Amino acid sequence: MYKYNEFDEAAVRSRVAQFRAQVQRRIDGSLTEDEFRPLRLMNGLYLQLHAYMLRIAVPYGTLNPAKMRQLATIAERWDKGYGHFTTRTNLQLNWPRLKDVPDMLEALADVGMHSIQTSGNCVRNVTADHFAGAAADEIEDPRPIAELIRQWSTDHPEFQFLPRKFKIGITGSPHDRAVIRSHDVGLRMVRNAAGEPGFEVYVGGGLGRTPMLAQVIRDFLPQADLLPYLEAILGAYNLKGRRDNKWKARIKITVFENGLDAFRADVEERFERLRSQWSGVDQDILAEIRPHFAPPAFRNAPVDSYEAFRAANPVFRAWTDTNLHEHKVDGYAIVSISLKKHGATPGDATSDQMRVMADLAEKYGHGDLRVSHEQNIILPHVHKSDLPAVWQALREAELATANIGLVSDIIACPGMDYCSLATARAIPIAQQIALRFDELKVEHEVGPLKIKISGCINACGHHHVGHIGILGLDKAGVENYQITLGGDGTETASIGEKMGPGFAASEIVGAIERLVLGYLEIRRDAEETFLECVRRVGLEPFRAFLYEQEETADAA
Amino acid sequence: MSRRFTPKVVSANHLVEGDAVWLTADDRWTRDMAEAELIEDEAVAQLRLLFAKGQPNTVVGAELVDAAKGTDGPVPTHFREAFRTHGPTNYVLGKRAQGLRSRGKIPGNETQNV
Ligand code: SF4
Repeated sequence: MYKYNEFDEAAVRSRVAQFRAQVQRRIDGSLTEDEFRPLRLMNGLYLQLHAYMLRIAVPYGTLNPAKMRQLATIAERWDKGYGHFTTRTNLQLNWPRLKDVPDMLEALADVGMHSIQTSGNCVRNVTADHFAGAAADEIEDPRPIAELIRQWSTDHPEFQFLPRKFKIGITGSPHDRAVIRSHDVGLRMVRNAAGEPGFEVYVGGGLGRTPMLAQVIRDFLPQADLLPYLEAILGAYNLKGRRDNKWKARIKITVFENGLDAFRADVEERFERLRSQWSGVDQDILAEIRPHFAPPAFRNAPVDSYEAFRAANPVFRAWTDTNLHEHKVDGYAIVSISLKKHGATPGDATSDQMRVMADLAEKYGHGDLRVSHEQNIILPHVHKSDLPAVWQALREAELATANIGLVSDIIACPGMDYCSLATARAIPIAQQIALRFDELKVEHEVGPLKIKISGCINACGHHHVGHIGILGLDKAGVENYQITLGGDGTETASIGEKMGPGFAASEIVGAIERLVLGYLEIRRDAEETFLECVRRVGLEPFRAFLYEQEETADAA
Repeated sequence: MSRRFTPKVVSANHLVEGDAVWLTADDRWTRDMAEAELIEDEAVAQLRLLFAKGQPNTVVGAELVDAAKGTDGPVPTHFREAFRTHGPTNYVLGKRAQGLRSRGKIPGNETQNV
């Protein structure tokens, strides 16, 4: 993975020293909260319901064992021994004390990590396909480009005070695992007819209060033109984006209000001017970045022992059926480690679990770990002959739940258990749904189904792109949950549609159960997934599952 | 017609610890809401809020929050505030871990002390 050069290292260290002095001045009273707040946010430090929260950047979700171990140590030493992996593939610690944060940042800097630009109206952590560099369907590894964007956007003097935050997502595969169309800018790596590498560029996506899917602004952008083109987009947005209204400040509204064609014309005109000013130094930097992401030295070994173990052990087999994905190299597999044990908090890992994952990556995974936006951890390169050992170790650490992509693999934001913006809780709903379906023993029969839960309209839990989306609201002082159906975050993206009146916390699990069991009744056959079924029959049959029973009960 | 004033407490987050605290009648900050001063007069509420805002190096985000009279002190009227007296519901951490009693109704836990 990318290793800091001396300039990166010096920059991060000086930011820590700066922040240490700022915290000192806040505690001794020389800085007011109004003065301090923007400074702490620049360093990823929020004040939440019960405590501060430190959001640590995990650039494009990539970690190595040393970093993962350091996260474990930091969580143990200065927090409560666990961390929460988020849909932005970052890690949040929920209990730091203000005076400890500079030491925590210092410890992060020791392993080349930081919290810079994890908050504020700047370019946030770039997210990438969590199977990058490993997926069988990949055209090109997107991480060198993601790293180039990270370097370019970090402390970029023009883009520190955008109208609103700015999120970029990138995938190198035709199959979109990075939800690129929910981003302010989405990049899909493609080749043109001549076989040259470039991007299909999407702009104006975002969830939140006004969910919109990004649209294509450029169907082929040569790879070397990326940064000037991004500068053109950000420049146009910086000028045209609305600063008068927080709810209209994202680029999706700028594109919507100006019209895609007018916005594109502006971008193209800026791009023409900017391109000539780029000397090509970015391409030199990219060339320096690339070797950091060179594929590991893959092994060529027999896989018979794996096949034999698989045939003999049904529990292992079930895990391999759900938690493995096809690797581009024969004999290898991509392992998804579920942070969604039934009844556990989605995305949480204890320090001990982090260390187990780090050890496994080191021993069996070519030292590579990823955080997925679905709040799981990935070992992208595991030789199949090592899978039985990996699985055993995961089992001992309660990390071997065979549920990737199934009902209980739920995304849930922190919601009102932690977040000061929340209108309702999300975590307990996820826990109860997972436990219920585990009890029913149907999730393997149900097959691929994505449930995503947000604790307020900001939609950090991506509910709009959940096959079933759940949004927690405050309805006259009571938690209430609204269901959307038919959302999809992949290359066939769509925004889910509202079903009708919401459900009380005590009713929501039953409502989800009716939807899922109803699907089992009406699906064409076992091959038709939940999403395909919704697309074929429409919402009405599902509305009936949700609401008709209630009416009968009322009438009784 | 102006809205009728409903009883309030002054609440904030502690500057260093970051946790929820409430203002008492004898000018302390407490971590147990039951010890907070329940303010039933609007003018007094504004004065107490000003007093709280005058301690920016102790607390952050002081504000008036709705509360009601409970059996042994003020209790929250909204579930968000109840969670602030209780900590998160997915782990025993925060206030509960410090041995403090939750105040108000914690949704999903109907046996809670009100
Ligand atoms: S969706 Fe709302 S409640 Fe959930 S983390 Fe985001 S801001 Fe907080």
